[in-house]
Parts: sequence; C-alpha cells; structure tokens
Amino acid sequence: MTQQSRDHLAARGPGRRRVVGGLFGLGAAALGAPVLSACGGGAGADPKTVTFGSNGADATPKKAYAAVTEAFAKDSRLKVKTNTVDHDTFQKSISTYLQGTPDDVFTWFAGYRMQYFAQKKLCSPLDDVWDKIGAGFSDATKQLSRGEDGKFYFVPLYNYPWAVFYRKSLFQERGYQVPQKWGEFIALARQMKKDGLAPIASGYGGGDSWSILGAFDYLDLRANGYDFHMSLMRGKVSWTDKRTVAVLDLWRELTPYYQPSAGGRSWQDAAQSLLDKKSGMAVIGLFLGQQITDEKIRADIDFFPFPEIEAAHGQDAVEAPTDGFMLSRRPKNEDGAKKLLEFLGGAHAEESYMGVDPSNLAVNEQADTGSYNALQKKSADLIASARHISQFADRDSDPGFISTVVLPGLTQWLGHPDDGSGTLKKIESQRSRFFTA
Amino acid sequence: MSSAPVTPVTPKRSRARRLGPGDRLFLTVVIGIPLAALLFFVWLPALASLGLSFTTWDGIDLADIHWTGLDNYQQIFTNYPPFWPAVRHNVIWLLFTALLPTPFGIFLAYQLDRKIRFTRIYQTAIFLPMVLSLAVVGFIWEIIYNPDTGLLNGILNAAGSGHHIDWLGNPDLNLWAVLVASGWRHTGYIMILYLAGLKGFDPALKEAAALDGANGRQTFLRVVFPALKPVNIIILVVTVMESLRAFDIVYVLGGGVGSKPGMELLSLLITDNIIGESSHIGYGSALAVVLLLVSLAAIGTFLVQTVRKEDQ
Repeated sequence: MTQQSRDHLAARGPGRRRVVGGLFGLGAAALGAPVLSACGGGAGADPKTVTFGSNGADATPKKAYAAVTEAFAKDSRLKVKTNTVDHDTFQKSISTYLQGTPDDVFTWFAGYRMQYFAQKKLCSPLDDVWDKIGAGFSDATKQLSRGEDGKFYFVPLYNYPWAVFYRKSLFQERGYQVPQKWGEFIALARQMKKDGLAPIASGYGGGDSWSILGAFDYLDLRANGYDFHMSLMRGKVSWTDKRTVAVLDLWRELTPYYQPSAGGRSWQDAAQSLLDKKSGMAVIGLFLGQQITDEKIRADIDFFPFPEIEAAHGQDAVEAPTDGFMLSRRPKNEDGAKKLLEFLGGAHAEESYMGVDPSNLAVNEQADTGSYNALQKKSADLIASARHISQFADRDSDPGFISTVVLPGLTQWLGHPDDGSGTLKKIESQRSRFFTA
Repeated sequence: MSSAPVTPVTPKRSRARRLGPGDRLFLTVVIGIPLAALLFFVWLPALASLGLSFTTWDGIDLADIHWTGLDNYQQIFTNYPPFWPAVRHNVIWLLFTALLPTPFGIFLAYQLDRKIRFTRIYQTAIFLPMVLSLAVVGFIWEIIYNPDTGLLNGILNAAGSGHHIDWLGNPDLNLWAVLVASGWRHTGYIMILYLAGLKGFDPALKEAAALDGANGRQTFLRVVFPALKPVNIIILVVTVMESLRAFDIVYVLGGGVGSKPGMELLSLLITDNIIGESSHIGYGSALAVVLLLVSLAAIGTFLVQTVRKEDQ
C-alpha cells in the first residue's frame, strides 16, 4: 500500500547497479564528511539549548510559536533556538532537511504525511513522551499521531476545520439563508452573482494552488463518503472511477460562481475580499482568521459545514488538519528535545499558542477553552460532532503525487472546467508511479 | 590524480631540468586541485545523474535504489503530461529571447553609443534590472501583475475596459507574462555586453563607411555588426544558455512551487520531482538528462558552426 515497495521493479543487472551504488557511495561519503564534522561540538551540542525548526513564517503563527517557546524556556531553563522557514519552502525541502542536520524538534503535520517520514526512519519514536502526555488526547488524536508500526511519532498542537465561511451581516442585509443541501448552495451562489458579488472567494495563484483541494475533498466526501475518499487518496482506487468523475461534474456546477482571476490571486487576497464583502462565501480553513485584524469583523464571521450532496453521507465528515511536532532522527540534545515535546503536548503550551493565534483549536482536551471566541467554539463543536475526520488531500495522500500530478491537473482543469474525464485520465496514468496497487 | 606529470627518463634531460621539483609540485597543485574539484563536483554528479536516471530512488536510503532500465524515459516520453508542454515552452523561451529582447538590447546599445544626452542615465536605467536579484525582479512583476491591485489591471480599468486579466493565473497567458518580465532583465544584460563591444570598435571603420556613402542602417549591418563578431558570439551563447536554464523567475512568479499550468519548463519539472516531500530522484534525473542532451545539442551545433567558420 505504500509507494516504497517497488521490488517488482528491482534490479535485473546487479553489475550496473553496483557501479551506480559505488558512484553514489563515493558522493555520499564526500557529502557526509562536512555533515559529520558539523555534528561534533558547536552550539548544537549545547545541553542547555534545544533547536526548533518552524514553518510558522507568517506573522501570527510566528508570534504564537515565540510565545510557546518562551513559556517553555521559562519553565525549563533550557534555551530554544528557533529556525523559522517559509511555510511552502519548509515543506518542499523537508526530505533534504531531515537528512541533513535538522533541528531537534520540528513542526509537521499528522496523518499519512507524518507516517511517510516515520517509515523512512527520518524521525524518532516518541512513546516515552506520550506516556506522559497521553492523558490529554482523545483516541482519534492518538491514532493520528501513530506511525504504521504503532509507535508514536507526533505531538499534536492544534487543528482547524475547513468549512464555508461568510459574513453574518452580509447574509442579514441581503436576506440569504444558510444552505443545507447542494441545490440550495448553488441557488444561493446564483443569487449572489445576480446581486453583484463574487459568490465564492477564490485565490489559488502562486504557491496557493493547494487551497483548491478543500473544495475537491469536500465534494468527494459528501458525494462518495469518507471511505471512498481515503481509498482514492491512498491510491487504492482508480482516479477514472465514475465516482471521481461525478466529483468533477459537481465541481463544474460550482465553478461559474468562483471569483474571477483566481489563478493569479493569493488565498490571503481572496480571504480579504470576503472580509470586504466583495465575495459572499469562501471554502477555506479556520486559519482565515489570521487575515483578520479588526476584532469587530472577527465577530461578524461565521461558517456553515459544506452542504450535503448524498443523503447517505450527509455532513458526517469534517476536514480538520492537525499540526504539531516531531523529533528528528538524531537530535543533538535528545533529553532537552523530549522535554520540549512534553511541554508542547501539554495544556499550557496550547494556551500560550491560542492566546496569540485564535484561529486554531487546541487538541489537548485539558487545555482551557474558556477564552475561545465564538468561531472557535463552533469549530470545536463541528469537529466533535463529526463521524469522520479527514486531514487534507496533501496530508491524506502521497504529497508528491498531489503536488506534481493532482494539483497541476486540477488547476489546469479549473481554468477551463469542461469535461473532467481527460484530466482524470492524465492523473490516473501517473498513479502507479507513486502507489503500487 | 596525485601523480605529477612524469617526464620521460630518457634522452632529453634538458627538459627535465627545466621543470624543477618545485615547479612540478606547483603544477600538480595548480592543475590537480581544480581537476579533482571538476571531476568531483561536475563530472561525478553528472555521471551519477545519468546512472540514477535508469533507476527509481526516493533519495533516502541507498539500498532503495532499484534498477529499472529505460522505464523512466519511456514514462517521460509517453506518459508524463507536463513533459511536452515543457519542451515547447523551453523552445518558445529560446525563440522569444533570441528574437525580441536580444535584438532590442543590441539596438539600445547602438543608440546609446552615439553620445546622446543623458546617455549614462539611460544606460543605468536599462541595466538596473540586471543588478537586482531575480527574486526581486519576480516580486516587482508580481506586484505589476496582481489581478486585484496590480499596476497593469489598474491601467486597464482606468482605460475603462473593466476586465480583470489574470496575467499569471491564465495558462494561455502566464508564459508570455513571465517572458516579458524575463526580457525586461535580459535586454539590459545584452545592452551592456554590446556597449562594451562598441567601445572597443575602431571608429575609423565607421568613417570609412561614411565616406563610401553608407547610411546608418548599412553601416550597422555591413560594417559594425560583422566586425563585432566576438561579442555577437558571446551574446548568442548567453542567450541560449539563459533560455535553457530559465528557472528562477518562473519559480518566483509561479509562487515558488515548481511547475504551474502554462508555465512548465524542463528545469521546473526536474525540481518538481527531485525536491519535495516524496522525491523521485530517478525520474527527475532522467528529465535532467533530457535537458542536458537538449543543451548539448544546442551548444554543440553552435560551437561546431563557429569553429568551422573560424577554420575557413
């Protein structure tokens, strides 16, 4: 079921293989030399310092992580050296980063995306940390933090649901009703267009093409159910399956209501158009809140779960990606790093983080939710009521498959949303490269 | 690599004496180190890529390298949707750069060489983009192309068309948008190269042409341009190289995530496959080998042509 078991393609010519291996060994030895020398001594080996690799480069998460590490430093008298890298760059280079000299503790995502690195042995198991923090987490969360071998590899910090966001005052002014079913949703979008709004805020330009996957995931979850969606994500079902074709057909009904020029706009600008009441709705995550600077507007933002398409599945699945931390494979300060992870898994860390960034939800059940704003409370209820929780397409599937095959295919299709079967055929023809059936 | 160039121990002792042990050591060091570096940093990776292009590998454990023969190539040529668009875009890039910004740069250089007023200011202004890092150039054009608040759409709106044009998002348009940005920078580069050539140009030739009654166009095409052959060759090589290795500005304007519909380039496909969370080193290497062959073909043809002409 994983993309690594490619033994059927295995060597037919061991001689040639040895030559390549030898060449590579030589290269690796040379590359390894400076890496090894970097391991001994230096600031990294300082027993009072823990290094922390963060992908929280945007202003709000950056401040929030700083608050958390500060709280830890005060608690433990250990110094945390944070190394912040741009979010997209962090993801792109994760594989090389983890093989080089990574920071002791680093930010990452739960689910298949974490399991991949656990299986590659690029991170360390955290069972002893979980012995101490385990009480705070639900079984579902524990499941998300385990590798395929059953060991824990991940300490969750927060999650956030995806939903359809809107401004309450706009709905009131225009007398819009929150739609429950697909037909009502489309009708509402049509009405908004008539009223001169862009019905669905949309920005997937530049590096933001991932944001379109929220709509795709929900359409698939609502039309075909959680089990089919997960099989599709893990490469077990054909992308040309008629159920997937149906998803693109549904999507095509929606595309005329997307905000125009979406391919050149960032998700932040799209979110801003929602806040400015230029667009009516947005299929996005709760992190939309990071875009809000005016607390009055925050109180005016609300969301509804993605509408029902098939009665059999209702609105039973919620997309709620979980972010957290992992331990690199050979941490320079293992004791310190584990102390930090224990801290990060505790209620206090959650509170420090949410204190700065109120657009996420604490995963630790012992965390104080008293200071939650209305949106956070509603989000927590939404997640708690869900029968299935999915992560996100690029976390539930092989991220390489999603980023090099699915995303370019779907973004291209969104430019000219005609018959989707050609696009799906292209995607399907690549599937075997990433998954072995 | 460590053995010094051994001089034959036979008759010619005079030559051996000319290269004393100190000289020989010096030569060994001076030639040996760059040679070792060249082998290690250029040839070894190149050959390793070539070797890896026949394998599948996730880039993590050496034991996971599996030989697959020509599978990668077969896949790329028959079943990799972005491949042929990427090849086409690389060719478009080459033709565009060779046909528009390059001649324009030469034209500007020729005009600015005529000691017109404020020529320094013009030169600086046109060369300025070259001083900026490509990332900055990318950001500048990102602002210009922004669909909501960008300069271009602002002007279009002011002109009353009321149409938002999705410069970077529309797959039919974005390659050209990027080419304009890249040409903006390339023009300045070519201009400065050609200006340098013109500074060394013998004015007597121009005077002779004028005495013979040649007009401006004739002087340039028949006298100046042929006489500046060395510079022309440099410009051609630079243009071909810049086009084939085009990457950074597309990467920046595409949002730093590799290939986007309409903007696929071979270099981007390579990074798509090699860098990332689950890397396909073998597949990416095969793409790199394809790019290497294309570059060798382009540069090779050109070099053979030049050398042949020189011999005549």
